[in-house]
Amino acid sequence: MKVSPWILLAGLLALAFTLATKLAATADNWSGRSKPENVFEMLLGDGRRLFANESFTMADVYFHSGYYPSMFDQNAKEQREIIAASHGHKETEEEEKKEDFFGQPHDWIDAFGRNFRITRHTHLAAHQEREILPWLRLAADLDPQKIETYTVGAYFMREHLGRPNEAEAFLREGLRHNPGNSEILFELGRIYRENRHDLNRARNVWEYGVKSYLSLSPDLQKENKLVYEELVMNLARLEDEAGNYAAAIKWFEKGKVVSPAPDAIQKQIDDIEKKLAGAKPVAAPK
Amino acid sequence: MNKIFALAGVVIKELYRRKDFYVLFILTALLTFAAGSANFFHDAKIVRYLKDICLLLIWVSALLVAILTAARQIPAEREARTIFPLLAKPVSRAQLIVGKFLGCWLATGLALFVFYLFFAVITGSREQIWPVGVYLEAAWMQWVMLAIVIGMVLLGSIYFAAPSSTTTIAFIVVVGILFVGSHLNTIALQQGEPVQSILAFLYFTIPHLEWYDLRDFVVYDMGMAPVGAVALATLYAAAWTGIFLLLTWLGFRRKNLTT
Repeated sequence: MKVSPWILLAGLLALAFTLATKLAATADNWSGRSKPENVFEMLLGDGRRLFANESFTMADVYFHSGYYPSMFDQNAKEQREIIAASHGHKETEEEEKKEDFFGQPHDWIDAFGRNFRITRHTHLAAHQEREILPWLRLAADLDPQKIETYTVGAYFMREHLGRPNEAEAFLREGLRHNPGNSEILFELGRIYRENRHDLNRARNVWEYGVKSYLSLSPDLQKENKLVYEELVMNLARLEDEAGNYAAAIKWFEKGKVVSPAPDAIQKQIDDIEKKLAGAKPVAAPK
Repeated sequence: MNKIFALAGVVIKELYRRKDFYVLFILTALLTFAAGSANFFHDAKIVRYLKDICLLLIWVSALLVAILTAARQIPAEREARTIFPLLAKPVSRAQLIVGKFLGCWLATGLALFVFYLFFAVITGSREQIWPVGVYLEAAWMQWVMLAIVIGMVLLGSIYFAAPSSTTTIAFIVVVGILFVGSHLNTIALQQGEPVQSILAFLYFTIPHLEWYDLRDFVVYDMGMAPVGAVALATLYAAAWTGIFLLLTWLGFRRKNLTT
């Protein structure tokens, strides 16, 4: 029997189409793997996390406009300055000098080569901070469990770029990947407190952050002591501002236990106690 | 001199007849457009990552154009046996080498011009600033660096058996120098003898191609590198190119072309 190749082709196409409509719905589950969230997960799998740190470092390189030690330089950075900046740390002149990884030129090749390298220590300013954002976005896609990516990104968007909505969306994305993370909750609370002036929501978020912190194992609590300190101290200041002096004292007392400067906190407690005494209603004369 | 320019003209014609440059340019443009279309937190003013990616692609593409063009010049003439009528013109072997070098260098310069024009249009349309001096300086330094690379590849093409091996070795050497060239002395200090002495010797004897990479100045808007230093670096590149061309001629002048 002779069959026309066109009929054969049409038959095969019809078969392929019919099978596709039947199998497409179940094919995704054959491998037993969840659907990849982004192109990096699809291409690299869990190996993508290896590159997340590099991407985060690139954000720091951009923050310094290219003034950055290479892996061969002796002062290769251990802590990224964008993290320190997001915790409100401002570099002193002495610290900047310490970071002069170039030092004296070793020879004429080194000395001449510096003409073609960036040798000035600067930080991005005046809305140029936006340039670090692509690398943070990439770092978040590569490793959604890297917490600093969300907190640093949100800090720069909120504090330097005046974009609290984008900062909040980024933090909420971080919370979806890391439910109940106290660092992200702390940063989220700062948006409510400092940008939206919504004390109630800030209080709720921070209190949830404290609760999440206290549910951690002792080892993890020790590791994350700084965020706990920031949470309780900010809660104390918030309650003080709201006029809830008793609650403020309660949070300051908790902060005193973990703070490296308990005397300064005690002074603040004393000040609030004075306010509290002054606010007590005077007994009406009989 | 006319013979040298005639030889160079043939090489330039070869660049636009072959598809290497077009493929690399289209790839660079596509990847740059893809990167440029990405949306980061709804901020359209972010531009440095785009400059960074585009310049990296330009560097890789220009390096490939230079190495691929230079590596096949002399072996192809020998294989096709066109070298014999060429040398019977009469064209001396020295003229042949200089002509081939000049052709490769000018062809690479042409490719670089197109690449940087594309770069300037893409970044300028986004940033609305046109630092022409910075772009010209960066392009000049890259072009000058490529002169050393072309000289090096022509030398390799005299000794290595096939253009593919010349291309591979040249690419590894150039990338190696660009990445660790300036750090060899530091690495040497952490090694024992005799590795320490070997690395220190290499540090002082290799051509320092990493000086010619001014991408950071362009990406981070740091203005121009000192013009005096650029002039000295150009002189240094001219010296190294001369060394490689002389070595190529020394190897080529007594080479048996029939085997």
